[in-house]
Amino acid sequence: MAAPSAIGLMYWGRKALNIPERLPEWDRWLTGLWRPAAVITVLGLLIGGPVFDWLDNIFLAFVMGIGIAIGWKLRAYRPALWLAVALLPATVLLVLKMLAQPFTKDLENGSVDNLEGLVILWGGVFLLIARSQSKAITAEAEARRVAEQEQRAIATQSQTLEYEVNHRTAALTRQTDELRAALAELQATQDQLIQSEKMASLGELTAGIAHEIQNPLNFVNNFADVSVELVAELAEERARPTRDRTLEAELLTDLRQNLARIAQHGGRAAGIVRGMLEHSRASTGERQPTDVNALADEYLRLAYHGLRAKDKTFNATLQPALAPGLPLIQAVPGDLGRVLLNLLTNAFYAVQKRQQTGEAGYAPTVGVRTALVGDRVEIQVRDNGTGMSPEVQARIFQPFFTTKPSGEGTGLGLSLSHDIIVQGHGGTLAVASQEGEGTTFTIALPA
Amino acid sequence: MKILVVDDEPDVRLLFEQRFRREIRSGEFAFSFAYSGEEALTFLRDHPSEVVLILSDINMPGMSGLELLRHVKQDPLPPPQPLVMMLTAYGDSETHAQAMQLGANDFLTKPVDFAALKEKLHAIPSL
Repeated sequence: MAAPSAIGLMYWGRKALNIPERLPEWDRWLTGLWRPAAVITVLGLLIGGPVFDWLDNIFLAFVMGIGIAIGWKLRAYRPALWLAVALLPATVLLVLKMLAQPFTKDLENGSVDNLEGLVILWGGVFLLIARSQSKAITAEAEARRVAEQEQRAIATQSQTLEYEVNHRTAALTRQTDELRAALAELQATQDQLIQSEKMASLGELTAGIAHEIQNPLNFVNNFADVSVELVAELAEERARPTRDRTLEAELLTDLRQNLARIAQHGGRAAGIVRGMLEHSRASTGERQPTDVNALADEYLRLAYHGLRAKDKTFNATLQPALAPGLPLIQAVPGDLGRVLLNLLTNAFYAVQKRQQTGEAGYAPTVGVRTALVGDRVEIQVRDNGTGMSPEVQARIFQPFFTTKPSGEGTGLGLSLSHDIIVQGHGGTLAVASQEGEGTTFTIALPA
Repeated sequence: MKILVVDDEPDVRLLFEQRFRREIRSGEFAFSFAYSGEEALTFLRDHPSEVVLILSDINMPGMSGLELLRHVKQDPLPPPQPLVMMLTAYGDSETHAQAMQLGANDFLTKPVDFAALKEKLHAIPSL
């Protein structure tokens, strides 16, 4: 019964060496081997006899030979070589035995038995070697496969990560661009707001300016007119047969005086126009030696007349207290003027509000005081108006905060004033206020 | 005829003195000047029954021309009651109505038309 064993051995070897994949053509052929094995076995069982035993053995030797051939062919795969090595002596012995059989019938030879034992031991040892090596190789392959899988997983992961990073970077870039655009828009809006605040305060100034210019202009016109009359009178006098020298001298003195007045009032009007232009012009930010007293006096009057122009019934006592001999300070006159105008306008607004409550014996008073304190020039704008609660005081320098009815204030005046004094001039702007009693703003600037 | 001019601008004095120099020389008009409402009231108390006409600006620091007008019309000054003419740069109807309501005798806007003013002054019957 060697043929079925041979088929069993063949199937085992086929699987162990993975023949279907390594040698597909051989495999097709090998899987067909069961047919002759079956024929030999069935006939051997039915008929029996030495011929079939012999065929049976031939078949086994044949299969073992194929095994050796395959092992040799696949010798690069070490277990296959060891398989061939394991099979070789047994095959050789089997073939020799069969060749010798006709001549050594019933020969029971001890040396052959010993040789068979040795051959089986040999085969067993090399099969074991083949098996353990195969196992090692399989284990190694498995380890490599796992490692490869891990590597692939890592690669996939890193790819995912890279994708996510790219995605996030793109999102961030887009966000940055959006933020930059928003910031630029905000800056433009802020510039616009500052400009509109300037224009709003210019509007407050306009009435005051008109009044301030109208007065000197009237004087210029009047003195010019009257001078024409004086000249006519002088000519008349000179044409008389008896000239009144005293009157002529008097007329000439008046004329000279009038021309000086015209020049003075003309200069006054020009100064106001210059101030107005300085106020509306976009700040060049250039500091120049500035007379704080002149600025304070000018804006006190402008702010007062500005309010008077809007409310004819309004009246207030102005208390300028300007320290003589103040040093000129390095300042941007237009900007500083804007701050003063803002503080003064607020002061007049506050006294006007308090006056409107109809308080008996209330005398609205707005004062501007200048002083040299240490190495700083202080400008105080003081009013006895409505005053502010601590909550309001805490918020007055915030942009867009206003206590005025909507449409009356931009809420930017004090915020811009604070910026101009603190950032623009390195000074301080402080407030002290008592509700129902009044407010004092103090500007301190480096002298 | 004594006229009190009330204005916070000092140059108003020069202007009036020159504009009315013939009238002043001939003694037809005599001008006094006050530079605030308060000063004008003091002058009126110190010189009773002298002033025939008050020419007052409205916009002045401290007491305004309208307040002065109210004082003159309401406070008992020794007779005769002076006439009051208001002079203002703000010739709006609101101010005009207010001045009239307070008893102003006339209302002129700046810049002053001196020819018209002269006519008005000449039209006042001398006392």
